[in-house]
Amino acid sequence: MEAVSAPVIRELSKHATTDSPDARPWRYFSAIVALIAVIPLLAVIYVAFFPTENIWPHLWSTVLPRYLEATFFLMLGVGLLATFFGVTSAWLVAFYRFPGRKLFSWALLLPFAVPAYVIAYVYTDLLEYSGPVQALLREWFGWRTPRDYWFPQIRSLGGAIIMFSLVLYPYIYLTCRAALMEQSDSLLMASRSLGAGALRTFYRIVLPIIRPALAVGLALVLMETLNDFGTVSFFAVQTLTAGLYDTWLNLGNVGGAAQIAALMVGIALALLYLERASRHKSKSYQSGGRTRPLTPTQLTGKSAYIASAFCFLLVFFGFLVPASVLGYYSIEYFDVSWNSEFFHLAMNSLKLATIAAALLVVVGALLAYSQRIAPSALNKSMARLASVGYAMPGAVLAIGVIVPLGALDNSIDGVARDYFNTSTGLIFSGTIAAIIYAYSARFLAISLGSAESGLGRITPSMDQAARTLGHSSLSILTKVHIPLLSRSMLTAAIIVFVDVLKELPATLILRPFNFETLATYLYQYASDELLEHSALAALFIVATGIIPVILLNRASTAKQY
Amino acid sequence: MPKKTASVFKAALLSTFCLTPLAAQAAEEVNVYSYRQEFLIQPLLDTFTSQTNIKVNVVFAKEGVAERLKREGANSPADLVLSTDIGQLQELTDAKVLQPVKSDVLNANIPEQYQAQDDSWFGLTARARVIYASKERTEVKSISYEDLAKPEWKGRICTRSGKHPYNIALFASMIAHHGEAKTEEWLRGLKENLARKPQGNDRAQVKAIKDGICDVSLGNSYYYGLMLTDENQIEWARAVNLIFPNQNDRGSHVNISGVALTKSSPNKANAIKLMEFLTEKLAQKMYSENNYEYPIKPGVEPSGLVLSWGEFKRDELPLYKAGELREKAVKMVDKVDFDG
Repeated sequence: MEAVSAPVIRELSKHATTDSPDARPWRYFSAIVALIAVIPLLAVIYVAFFPTENIWPHLWSTVLPRYLEATFFLMLGVGLLATFFGVTSAWLVAFYRFPGRKLFSWALLLPFAVPAYVIAYVYTDLLEYSGPVQALLREWFGWRTPRDYWFPQIRSLGGAIIMFSLVLYPYIYLTCRAALMEQSDSLLMASRSLGAGALRTFYRIVLPIIRPALAVGLALVLMETLNDFGTVSFFAVQTLTAGLYDTWLNLGNVGGAAQIAALMVGIALALLYLERASRHKSKSYQSGGRTRPLTPTQLTGKSAYIASAFCFLLVFFGFLVPASVLGYYSIEYFDVSWNSEFFHLAMNSLKLATIAAALLVVVGALLAYSQRIAPSALNKSMARLASVGYAMPGAVLAIGVIVPLGALDNSIDGVARDYFNTSTGLIFSGTIAAIIYAYSARFLAISLGSAESGLGRITPSMDQAARTLGHSSLSILTKVHIPLLSRSMLTAAIIVFVDVLKELPATLILRPFNFETLATYLYQYASDELLEHSALAALFIVATGIIPVILLNRASTAKQY
Repeated sequence: MPKKTASVFKAALLSTFCLTPLAAQAAEEVNVYSYRQEFLIQPLLDTFTSQTNIKVNVVFAKEGVAERLKREGANSPADLVLSTDIGQLQELTDAKVLQPVKSDVLNANIPEQYQAQDDSWFGLTARARVIYASKERTEVKSISYEDLAKPEWKGRICTRSGKHPYNIALFASMIAHHGEAKTEEWLRGLKENLARKPQGNDRAQVKAIKDGICDVSLGNSYYYGLMLTDENQIEWARAVNLIFPNQNDRGSHVNISGVALTKSSPNKANAIKLMEFLTEKLAQKMYSENNYEYPIKPGVEPSGLVLSWGEFKRDELPLYKAGELREKAVKMVDKVDFDG
């Protein structure tokens, strides 16, 4: 969700205040944060190139082509299907009036609240051979065994593509809807007055307009797809992420895992480039002043129903079905699941989410602030570097965190032994500090983006006024900016909080022994086909996920240009 | 920020600094990393504590113990690792995080076949990798692992992932008996015969037999007992017969759960006491009563339910050999794309 909340700030250096004497520490601060944020990435690449045991030939001759192929087709399928869902729904909501449009305009975002692995567990439960759907069919038609009829396997590449598309299309819906809403009426009027039909208008006018926005949304969808571990491991789809786990935990080979991770870094960077480049473009595409806001066309008859049905089905399958199944199980098995263990899990999850959100809000705000106090090209690139983590899959970051922290712990311990004759033991490894580090690297972009857009709304003249009154930058920060920034930072905190709550891949690898969160607990139980016992945990994650959806919807519709 | 939130933040921050889960050295205690589940292990440890006054701190893990011990190095607080299979013991051996234990009690209680050659790990319980066969749709009374690759089973077999330690240990034992080339051929044949892509756990395969998805499956013996005593799963178990494979030749493949002493053990003497306790009659009996496994100490009777499945002939292959071939087996599963 991060990117949606982070439009790139305008070049503040245009209004650059003259460099104040206290600019330097701010620059150092940016550089240090950027360094800490990219260490995991560098560590992965280092271990990949200098592994202790080279497993590359085995990987390359057996599983790697398979992992790559599965990853490629998964991303291709999800890209196409999510684009179809997202662009169509954005186009309908932006340009037409049909029954329920107002409701759908925000309800279409609800599937955002459902993590891909959760929706995968629910549909498997419903659609597998022993589930209610097939049982009913067997009853109706008198079938006895699986050999009597054909039913698609939900646990397959195709199944995974549908699952991801159902919960990820909102990225595309959101970016495209924003792009379409910004258009003036004149374009469409022109197109219509020249007698082009709706479809032709769509291809000739709408698609070119939304292409950059679509690329941004698509890049985010594909990043999330690459990041997922829960769904692909459950469906036995052998993607790179699944392979990374396998190499690490079955072959016990960190070097090999890091080599797979390095490949994933390559893919992630390509997606990041796609997103950044398109974002840049979408800025320059916008027509200057708006002449007249869009007036949506009223659909009538059959086409109105089709439009309503299309939007309804997305919300139905992407949110209503999973939420009701989880709700039903939670009530049904309430006595089994509502116990001290559940509280314990929830507390663990909340603890991690709170720490990460608090830390990132502070770091993100300071980093954005550094851009303002000490604007320079170098400082700007530091901020970009610091936020590269959101493109990186959680599993990749986990390896990148484990390796340097282990080295750090052992070197601190070595120094302590040499000089003070005591052992410091392990300070970071295997503690929640390691998990928080991975979360911070992954989600810093969210708080940074929010802080940047929040600061963008505070004009430099306010700063100058405060300066003339003799305030230092620190007191400007506390007296002027923080009060003004608090709203966008709260939004960032909530989004980070929820993202941490549902994060699975890094949490699984890095959590201390005997430390389960709602997400890891759900993963273990659902893998053992006991979804009903962990439905309460899933429902909790989904319910909290609705909060940022509401906020995002507000932010994206209330934008005044 | 309102006061209340501030105090939440404060509490959260404080809790990050109190992160030491185990005190490395205290008076009378032992620290255990356990792959085995709490319901099974905790009663045993409580009994040990009540007999010896030695406190046992335990952390339960699903994976990555060897990885963690490697990273903790000389600073690890752990004394013992409890494993659920030979593969994990081999992983610990490969990671060089274990030390040998010289104990007459352990050597007397645990047969050679179930010990490391250098005494760095010891088996505690045994379980057979058996074949569950549909009562309704099969007539088999005796069957071998080799038979599962024959064409008559096409589209009729279910199993969990080939990468799972229980399957890896079985495949490694096949390599030990037949060599790599023949085992690979067998593995391809087995894959050909699968009714569906490997998925779920051992019990889910029995459920699939009950549902009619397949007719036979591979699974550990104790799951039969666990399913028969679980009201939600008893129907699954009743749909199948438990068959011990290869009774006409080498015997069924047996895997072990085991215990090992870490190289960095800070409470070595107490740790060895606990190891010995786990191989004695009382603990061996508890294992069988609670989890339907076979005791390893000679002369200890398994639980009544386990006895009711009958005597069976075990494969005599020393388990360390299956351990050594583990990596070959894993790579073979990759090569034939067993899970694909």
